[in-house]
Amino acid sequence: MAKVLMKGNEAIAEAAIRAGCRHYFGYPITPQTEVAAYMSKRMPKIGGTFLQAESEISAVNMVYGVASAGLRAMTSSSSPGVSLKQEGISYLAGCDLPALIVNVQRGGPGLGGIQPSQSDYFQATKGGGHGDYHLIVLAPASVQEMADLTVKAFDLADKYRMPAMLLADGTMGQMMEPVELPEPAEYKPDKPWTVTGTENRREHNIVNSLYLVPEQLEQKNLERYEKYASVEKNEVMYEEYMTDDADICVVAFGIAARVSKNAITEARKRGIKAGLIRPITLWPFPSGVIRKTADKVKGFISVELSMGQMIEDIRLAEECKKPVTLCSRVGGMIPSPEEVLNAIIKMEGGEN
Amino acid sequence: MAVVFKKPEALTDAPLHYCPGCTHGIIHRLVAEAIDDLGILGRTVGVAPVGCAVMSYDYFSCDMVEAAHGRAPAVATGLKRAMPDRIIFTYQGDGDLASIGMAETVHAATRNENITVIFVNNAIYGMTGGQMAPTSLPGQVTQTSPYGRDVKTVGYPIKVCELLSALDAPYYIERVAVNNVKNVLAAKKAINRAFRNQIEGKGFSLIEVISSCPTNWGMTPDNALKWIDTDMIPYYPLGVYRDKSKEAE
Repeated sequence: MAKVLMKGNEAIAEAAIRAGCRHYFGYPITPQTEVAAYMSKRMPKIGGTFLQAESEISAVNMVYGVASAGLRAMTSSSSPGVSLKQEGISYLAGCDLPALIVNVQRGGPGLGGIQPSQSDYFQATKGGGHGDYHLIVLAPASVQEMADLTVKAFDLADKYRMPAMLLADGTMGQMMEPVELPEPAEYKPDKPWTVTGTENRREHNIVNSLYLVPEQLEQKNLERYEKYASVEKNEVMYEEYMTDDADICVVAFGIAARVSKNAITEARKRGIKAGLIRPITLWPFPSGVIRKTADKVKGFISVELSMGQMIEDIRLAEECKKPVTLCSRVGGMIPSPEEVLNAIIKMEGGEN
Repeated sequence: MAVVFKKPEALTDAPLHYCPGCTHGIIHRLVAEAIDDLGILGRTVGVAPVGCAVMSYDYFSCDMVEAAHGRAPAVATGLKRAMPDRIIFTYQGDGDLASIGMAETVHAATRNENITVIFVNNAIYGMTGGQMAPTSLPGQVTQTSPYGRDVKTVGYPIKVCELLSALDAPYYIERVAVNNVKNVLAAKKAINRAFRNQIEGKGFSLIEVISSCPTNWGMTPDNALKWIDTDMIPYYPLGVYRDKSKEAE
């Protein structure tokens, strides 16, 4: 298929439709409103639902309703809005419902700003709402990946019966790049647990997260964590860039990874062997490759648009074998290639 | 021997957990009878609230979803949009519908979302042990208004039917009670009507049912039913607040 030039946010919307999503519920917030705008144009023309909900809370609960019926549903927002969705996300996880939540992150905390950020990493990967649970968290680093990972997120959510999150940032949402859109696929649910009406042919199905008997609730949690173990075993995705001979390993995702690639190219010109591990799944986190890499590098540099959140997962993965430093900008600022290069030079032991 | 009275098909055999004298059981039965009468059991999906009726997902034999506190109308909206040919109802208490879920309620109503809402108003939070509800009466003593509801500091009760009938959109709104045979029969008719409206694609129907809570009101079941007559109904007058079928005539 020919490539088209698209905004990241619009690529998410079109890819979701092509993945068979016919139900979108949202609420306006910068910098992701293009997703809703795109859906409001397209959905009525293909017999789908676009509904501007009264709140983020309602939007995610509408998604919960559609997911209970077994169909593909999504909502999208940006950081403050995603905080509001956390209640619903916890319920989705507690009911083992597949759904897609998109977070095009902006700076925080509080109302923060409207410029790009990655400071919702903890919220996305460590639970976010109440209770023990995980989301599958995918981090796109191009408009192409905004499209591809949207489809992937729906597929994984359905495969494991759990909510998935596309964790993008304002840059990814707003930038335009050529993208090859996925082939449209019809989605035919095959889910015996859904609440589509008994047709008087079976016992009633119940979508529920309440278990008042502690033994039962414990068992539910244990079963869910068996599922999570299987996600961790089978679904880790990452990209390695010039890590074969690297002495210094940068770890970065999303826009930070793109900046880091420029810095690595520059470092190589100066004779410093730097490389990059780019997690594509933030949960499950690519701990294995980082652990292996720890044996052959001097250290790691976590490049993030946060005060240092992913850096904790890197340290856990490499088990404190090597130093891990942080190179970050926050509040909507993005580290420049020079800033990342300086961090690489510093770790190499040179002066900058 | 001819069977003249039996359990509705739309109720399971699970024993109800409600307190003695509580009228939730009657309301469950009326909802189930409506589902039976209209022959829609196989294509109905109910949404349970958080509150006393949280476990109604075990009692209704149709497919059921348990919603987060107050979110039932949003969940029902998702279900209805996903399955326009299914009959979707919510069953919610006063704290769920009129306090934490007020936004969901008002907006589902103003979209004239084609769903049926059964709103059980017993003027108290029952499940958590009797705290002040958005519908607790002025002066009503509860665990969190131990000196009586002081309207100067916590405001007045919310009259949901009156509030929603200020909106242009909703199709049908009626307040009923279940404290005596006459009222139960009227409630049965109203609930039936609310489901039939949905089958006919008319839109949002809400039936507010004045219900008793002897345990948390600190009354005998009999006195609780009397209190509905002497205190609740004067504040919450029964009747039809919106009927668009009449407006169309």
